[in-house]
Amino acid sequence: MTVSLSDDQVLVAIRDLVFFHGERKIFDGVDLRFQKGKVTAIMGPSGTGKTTLLKLIGGQLRPHRGRILVDGCDVHRLRATELYELRKRMGMLFQSGALLTDLSVFENVAFPLREHTRLPEPVIRKLVLMKLHAVGLRGARDLMPSQLSGGMARRVALARAIALDPMMILYDEPFTGQDPISMGVLVKLIRDLNRELGLTSIVVSHDVKETLTIADYVYLISGGKVVGEGTPETIAHSDSPWIRQFVHGDADGPVPFHYPAPDYRADLMAAGLGGSR
Amino acid sequence: MMENPFQRLGRFTLEAMQKLGRANFFMAHVLLGSVDLLLRPRLLISQMFFVGVMSVLIVAVSGLFVGMVLGLQGYNVLSDFGAEQTLGVMVAASLVRELGPVVTALLFSGRAGSALTAEIGLMKTTEQLAGMEMMAVDPLRRVVAPRFFAGVASMPLLAALFSMVGVMGGYFVGVGLLGVDDGAFWSQMVAKIDFYDDIVNGVIKSAVFGVVVTWIAVYEGYDAVPTAEGVSRATTRSVVYSAFAVLGWDFVLTAMMFGDH
Amino acid sequence: MQHSKLLETSVGLFVALGLVSLFFLAMQVSNLADVTGDARGYRVTARFQNVGSLKVRATVSMAGVRVGRVSAIRFDKESYEAVVDLTIDPQFDTIPSDTTASILTQGLLGEQYVGLSPGAESEYLKEGDKIDLTQSAMVLEQVISRFLFDKAENGDKRASETPEQTQVTPAAPVASPIPEAVVPGEGAIPDVQQESAPAGAIQ
Repeated sequence: MTVSLSDDQVLVAIRDLVFFHGERKIFDGVDLRFQKGKVTAIMGPSGTGKTTLLKLIGGQLRPHRGRILVDGCDVHRLRATELYELRKRMGMLFQSGALLTDLSVFENVAFPLREHTRLPEPVIRKLVLMKLHAVGLRGARDLMPSQLSGGMARRVALARAIALDPMMILYDEPFTGQDPISMGVLVKLIRDLNRELGLTSIVVSHDVKETLTIADYVYLISGGKVVGEGTPETIAHSDSPWIRQFVHGDADGPVPFHYPAPDYRADLMAAGLGGSR
Repeated sequence: MMENPFQRLGRFTLEAMQKLGRANFFMAHVLLGSVDLLLRPRLLISQMFFVGVMSVLIVAVSGLFVGMVLGLQGYNVLSDFGAEQTLGVMVAASLVRELGPVVTALLFSGRAGSALTAEIGLMKTTEQLAGMEMMAVDPLRRVVAPRFFAGVASMPLLAALFSMVGVMGGYFVGVGLLGVDDGAFWSQMVAKIDFYDDIVNGVIKSAVFGVVVTWIAVYEGYDAVPTAEGVSRATTRSVVYSAFAVLGWDFVLTAMMFGDH
Repeated sequence: MQHSKLLETSVGLFVALGLVSLFFLAMQVSNLADVTGDARGYRVTARFQNVGSLKVRATVSMAGVRVGRVSAIRFDKESYEAVVDLTIDPQFDTIPSDTTASILTQGLLGEQYVGLSPGAESEYLKEGDKIDLTQSAMVLEQVISRFLFDKAENGDKRASETPEQTQVTPAAPVASPIPEAVVPGEGAIPDVQQESAPAGAIQ
């Protein structure tokens, strides 16, 4: 809308995406474009299918209509082997970290290298230590995932996601449930990695403050549609009531405080009269 | 909306068929992925440890007691006919043909099968499987195939162990405690237990049970609803379905193997 | 590394234990040790009117000692006879060519086997030979009906004198598990029944 991008600047393009979860429509004709080398954030209330969107981009789910192009390839028309080749160039940071619980921190980061390369052991060791150093956890290499705090687990997962030097990273709610310090660490990491490695980042989140500080461009999604987009400044100063409510976290507004229910007084009276509901 | 019983039956049937179909696709995928294992035997070995080695103790102890009970009960019945010397035959035939494969499979599903289901279900719940997919690693090849083949390979070995220990238990009770003649115990056994009819068929049975039990275990884990409750239900289902499948297949196999005698 | 060494060793022990169990079952519990001798040996054929329930791999014995196995049973549609191939172990190479082959039963309900009783010829059986003298399987119903028939015909005559009856009590090739029960009065049949009932129950 506001910015026009030529195709070679766009790494991921989503056109007219429609996706159902059972009977529920999650996406209803969504168009998104993600620019190369930038951090693009997708925000929206819980349950708007932000994680689903990442799974669609990664080819783990199939859209019911529309196309998703990653680096010029239609993700859902690729054959299985081609999709796997494409995924090697994508990293994804899951909300839980998704570390393999039976492997140590070192082995977790080494996992993609061992699976996809035939590098000799000393090289793997060097690469793993470099990646762990980048996230500040070189000293934690021998810990097991169960010994890590949530923030550390995410940092290890991040080290693992960049192990194969991908072209892009998908972040699924990277800030949720973090204390201010680990939140700050993650914000710094995402920004630094993006700049230093020339990555394209897609961040899905509902943490407004942190997301707005790192994003170059923001999409707001609600009810299966894009309800707002723009640079963080435009979003922060938007006059749309819905965006204002979301950005400022107001309890009531276009998104009502109350889940749809019958009239309060009538409801209470019915109970008082011994009614069944 | 009340459902009529036929609607319920129909839906149940359709869902069961769908699940069976999915399980077959799943297995085909796992089998296709098994080629990788030849290149990476280490994955198989570590699963053999969890699935096989960890089941040795329970299988051996159960086998010992089952054999001892067979010795005791068999002696009581056979001595009425003055046929105590055939105790070895009775113990060995029961173990090799039926109890070895069947009881081992049931124990295995409780010990290793449920653990496999819970482990894979938990890996799904904690997004480890999805994480692998996003790292371009096929979880069916990397996670499921080694576990499946470890189970299939372990089962006949465990069943053989069960039978051997059981024969020992029967020998201990029969010859050691009840005074059956040592030579008669073994010579009658050797004369009556046929290598092809009994031993080979027993091994085939346990191999089939190994496939069935491990298949159910890994599939239930992979198909589990990714919540704590979903995993616990899947674990229960894994053990219950395994028991049904083992006993059902036991009948079919017994009919095929021993039916024409 | 230490850990994986331990793990690999324990898996190795497990596999070895399983294989030893299988080997034990094969050699100590079953008759594999006997069966493996089959591949060698020479083959002779015998024709029978009726083989009863004789099966492939049944024992061929002589004087109660196992000398070979039944390797095949066919039906000859010309002569309506059963053709039985016997594989005799190679060390028993001095069986006279006029030997008689009979189908006998281990106890009354036990398994059937082929018993050879040696003749007097100086020529020995060799690969591809035929045994001409045979005695068919005893069919229990026929024996019993004959027994009852004879009993009715000549009341005081002992039933055990009929020729078929002699087949009922062969010297069992395997040492009888049970001391001969002495049953007073009656003839051979109750005696045998008692001896074979447990063996039959195992089948």
